Amino acid sequence: MEPAQQQNLKTSQWRESLRLGWRTLIGRAYPRIVSAAREPDWVFYEVALPVLQVIAFGFVYKSLGRPQYTGFVVLGGAMLAFWTNVLWSMAGQLHWERQTGNLELYLMAPSSMLWILAGMAFGGMVATLFRSIVILLIGSLIFGVTYQIVSAPLLILIFILTMVALYGLGSMLSSLYLMYNREVWAIQEVMQDPISLITGFYFPVRALGGIIGGLASVIPLTLGLDGMRQMLFPQLGQSFLPPGIEIAILGVLALLFLVGASWSLTYIEKLAKIEGRLSLKWQ
Amino acid sequence: MTAAHMHADSPAIQTIDVRRVYKSRSGFTFGGQKAGKSVTALDGVSLTIQKGELFGLLGRNGAGKTTLIKILTTLLAPTSGEAYVDGLDVNKYVIPIRKKIAMVSGGEQSGYGILTVREQLWMFAQFYGVPSQAAHKKIDQLLEAVGLGDQANQKVYALSTGMRQRMNLCRALVSDPEILFLDEPTVGLDVEASRIVRNYVRSWMQEQRGRTVLLTTHYMFEADELCDRVAIINHGQIVAQGETDDLKKGLQEHARFQFELAEWAPAFEEELKQSRGVVSAQSMHQKGKVSVQIALENEEYITSAMQTISSAGGHVLTLRRIEPTLEEVFMRLVGTADDEKSAGEDEEK
Ligand SMILES: Nc1ncnc2c1ncn2[C@@H]1O[C@H](COP(=O)(O)OP(=O)(O)O)[C@@H](O)[C@H]1O
Ligand SMILES: [Mg+2]
Repeated sequence: MEPAQQQNLKTSQWRESLRLGWRTLIGRAYPRIVSAAREPDWVFYEVALPVLQVIAFGFVYKSLGRPQYTGFVVLGGAMLAFWTNVLWSMAGQLHWERQTGNLELYLMAPSSMLWILAGMAFGGMVATLFRSIVILLIGSLIFGVTYQIVSAPLLILIFILTMVALYGLGSMLSSLYLMYNREVWAIQEVMQDPISLITGFYFPVRALGGIIGGLASVIPLTLGLDGMRQMLFPQLGQSFLPPGIEIAILGVLALLFLVGASWSLTYIEKLAKIEGRLSLKWQ
Repeated sequence: MTAAHMHADSPAIQTIDVRRVYKSRSGFTFGGQKAGKSVTALDGVSLTIQKGELFGLLGRNGAGKTTLIKILTTLLAPTSGEAYVDGLDVNKYVIPIRKKIAMVSGGEQSGYGILTVREQLWMFAQFYGVPSQAAHKKIDQLLEAVGLGDQANQKVYALSTGMRQRMNLCRALVSDPEILFLDEPTVGLDVEASRIVRNYVRSWMQEQRGRTVLLTTHYMFEADELCDRVAIINHGQIVAQGETDDLKKGLQEHARFQFELAEWAPAFEEELKQSRGVVSAQSMHQKGKVSVQIALENEEYITSAMQTISSAGGHVLTLRRIEPTLEEVFMRLVGTADDEKSAGEDEEK
């Protein structure tokens, strides 16, 4: 074959697998999005409860004579929805898919499992985005929050990077969970509450000091939230790090978690094939 | 495509001396197995299945059927030996193999109950890159063919077991596989649903030349009805394989026939027993009818046996050959029903 022909062949194969990947992503995202719309109880658990929590924290700040912080709390509550989604729907997902037999069918399909995970993440993100906006709207109305957008492109960039990194982390946890479910389950239980504290959903991270703040920054929401607050409430000046650095760190985190997810998926599929652990019937 | 991916005349499935050993994880005790204990699920399995065959793998619970299917569907690594699907090594060409295959298992609960049947099938089609429009056309066709046309917009969780399994069959076929693996597909289904599944598998095979099915089952009549060739697996070893007819003939030492007589005379039996080539003869009298079963050294002696009867004054109404069933072949090779029970209990654990 001529080199040019070979090049064409490669490009078309590449395009082909990208198209397959994209379809897989949309296919897997679909049930996540429609199930959010078809199961009405989520409205209560995933909107009403966070809204109540936001209101409670909002009034705490008001009674402390710091009403300017209510915007902080509202944004934190809205972003917390994503963390809850990643922790409860994303991380345990593959484990659950194994129980139903879906995992085997997903693996048996010609597309990479990463696209399945991406679909899960994307579906979860879209469904959560909706809840998150509802929380943001209700909270902002109740406390009359005013936003002062410093830079819309930067705000969007920080949000997207945060999402990619966050769901990358979720994907990584998901595949680890498959292998070490008991252990990871325990870690997840531990992570729920302390993390909502240290990632600063309701407090500025800076208030926790450099060391805890630094540790918390491993969770992409910490810096994401801090960055978004800097873009929306510049007058408060409670930032942890300058936005440029936060963006750089978020980018690195996103890359690390994505590579980590891909690596752990490959590793775990290999191991599971050797150990016979892709289906649950025998465990 | 590279040369390695083109295998016009390779067998659909080939295994060479495949072994699979399961080791329990250390530190855990599960399924009643002590940690560190190992189970040999496949013990040197060699099989060749050509394209276009509907091949049956028969064995009771725990024989190793599912393990072999998982190896061929790239979900499980063989401990040793070689396995090829369409000429491709299962250890090396995972993705090319996955493009060609699909699997349905008995009692499968795949997918998402919240979706409609159509949505669920569309979703699985996406994982194979089928464009939406083509997928929907195919889905309509398949649902119609298995009698689920009216259920297309029903939620998956509301389906009966039989409907669900018919949907699962559509799920597997929506990607137009070349090789279909059916792992006890009718287990737990009622007669009607099983019949629909079997009939559709057969017509799917006929629709296009070169399609291949590997079916595992412990229902002998199912294999007898569907399969051209079968292999019998027991404790991870293939104890017999071949065309179903050959297996049955191989089992039969004597050619057996049964005929009905208008009237009976005790002399007939004596005459028959003395006729050339007759090994045994037995008469049964039931509701005014007389039927006689004879076993012959070989089938050619049937003419002389019939002549013996008519020259003794008998009048033969009907004559048929008695074929052994696959069930008999299986029982002969694999053992009695008692073992079956304990094997079943084994799996429950
Ligand atoms: N993942 C597993 N871990 C340990 N043992 C297993 C596993 N899967 C199957 N086995 C054992 O391997 C043997 C064969 O099982 P299987 O292939 O499922 O048989 P079949 O499908 O014919 O019922 C059985 O003894 C079973 O207990
Ligand atoms: Mg089985």
